[in-house]
Amino acid sequence: MKYPLRLGLFLVGAIGLAILYGLAIARMPGEHESLYGRLINQLSQPQQHIRDAVTAVNFDYRGFDTLGEEFILFISVTGAIVLLRETYEKKKEEQMDAITPGRAVSQTDAVRTWTLALTGPTVVFGVYIVIHGQLTPGGGFQGGVVLATAPLLIYLGESFEVFKRVTSTPLIEITEAIGAGGYAIIGIIGWLAGSWFLQNVFPLGDQNNPSVFTGGTVPAINLATGIEVTAGFTLLLSAFLQQTLADRGDS
Amino acid sequence: MTYVALGVAAWLFVIGAYGMVTSKHLVHLCICLIVVQTSTYVLLSAIGFRAGATAPVFYDISLSTPAVDSVVQALMLTDIVVEATVAALLLALIVQIDKRTGTVDPNKIDLMKG
Repeated sequence: MKYPLRLGLFLVGAIGLAILYGLAIARMPGEHESLYGRLINQLSQPQQHIRDAVTAVNFDYRGFDTLGEEFILFISVTGAIVLLRETYEKKKEEQMDAITPGRAVSQTDAVRTWTLALTGPTVVFGVYIVIHGQLTPGGGFQGGVVLATAPLLIYLGESFEVFKRVTSTPLIEITEAIGAGGYAIIGIIGWLAGSWFLQNVFPLGDQNNPSVFTGGTVPAINLATGIEVTAGFTLLLSAFLQQTLADRGDS
Repeated sequence: MTYVALGVAAWLFVIGAYGMVTSKHLVHLCICLIVVQTSTYVLLSAIGFRAGATAPVFYDISLSTPAVDSVVQALMLTDIVVEATVAALLLALIVQIDKRTGTVDPNKIDLMKG
């Protein structure tokens, strides 16, 4: 499509959006509390012993929707890797070996020391975010992304070779599958216990002294999600890095 | 306050769409799409907003404390995850387009060429 035509279409669309959006805002009921939101806020602690209402929505009341969300992540990671793999697997193995240790500039001692010193705290912080999802803001998705930055720090501080050794692809692929499947299995446990799919059938724990184990299935699901997200993002990083380094070897 | 947030959401949407229309680099286009998607976070937060209310985390506050709508916040979390996956897929596609056509300028790509 030609550029002026595109810009014209955009202008028409933007004016249309401005009119419709303005009308929609003008007719909005204003600030009010939705009944569903209030119910969840009031019930998540007495009913399911979960302090963070957002986590209660995601992993308990609407846990089935989050199962779908997790599989969106799973499938798109698979898709991205399939798209990238086609190009880098064309190169011969020894060619890959020859280029992977290569790096235009080696890191300074300061970069190495700090990135490697940060790796441990990053892992601890990521695990902390994952297991405290039912108590404070956080959970499997957020913690998983924090955990996935640890291999990236290793790449920054060391080299792609070390990164590959830490995140061996078959192991990470299996881990990702375990994380994604674990969520579904926890759901099926609800069935086996004579209840509904993803029903919170695990012991809920002490309501007044919340710990990382309160909330029944929620901490378990958060853990499965955390594993899935960590492995998925590590696979993505690995695929993109491999692609970039293979290209650098070309030129 | 809510009207400001709604205005920001509209502005983010339009500025991101404008960036996509006038983009000369596919990675830039992908970032612009993320900006468009960011507008939905602001919109969802604005819908759940209540003046003087806190976050819906009842760890050290009583259940009677007014809190914002937790359902739209959960939706927003889903939104962020989907955004990350869309960005990953698009970037992988851009790498492929670069391989096959040798350019990342959306005006110069001729995808119909075999």
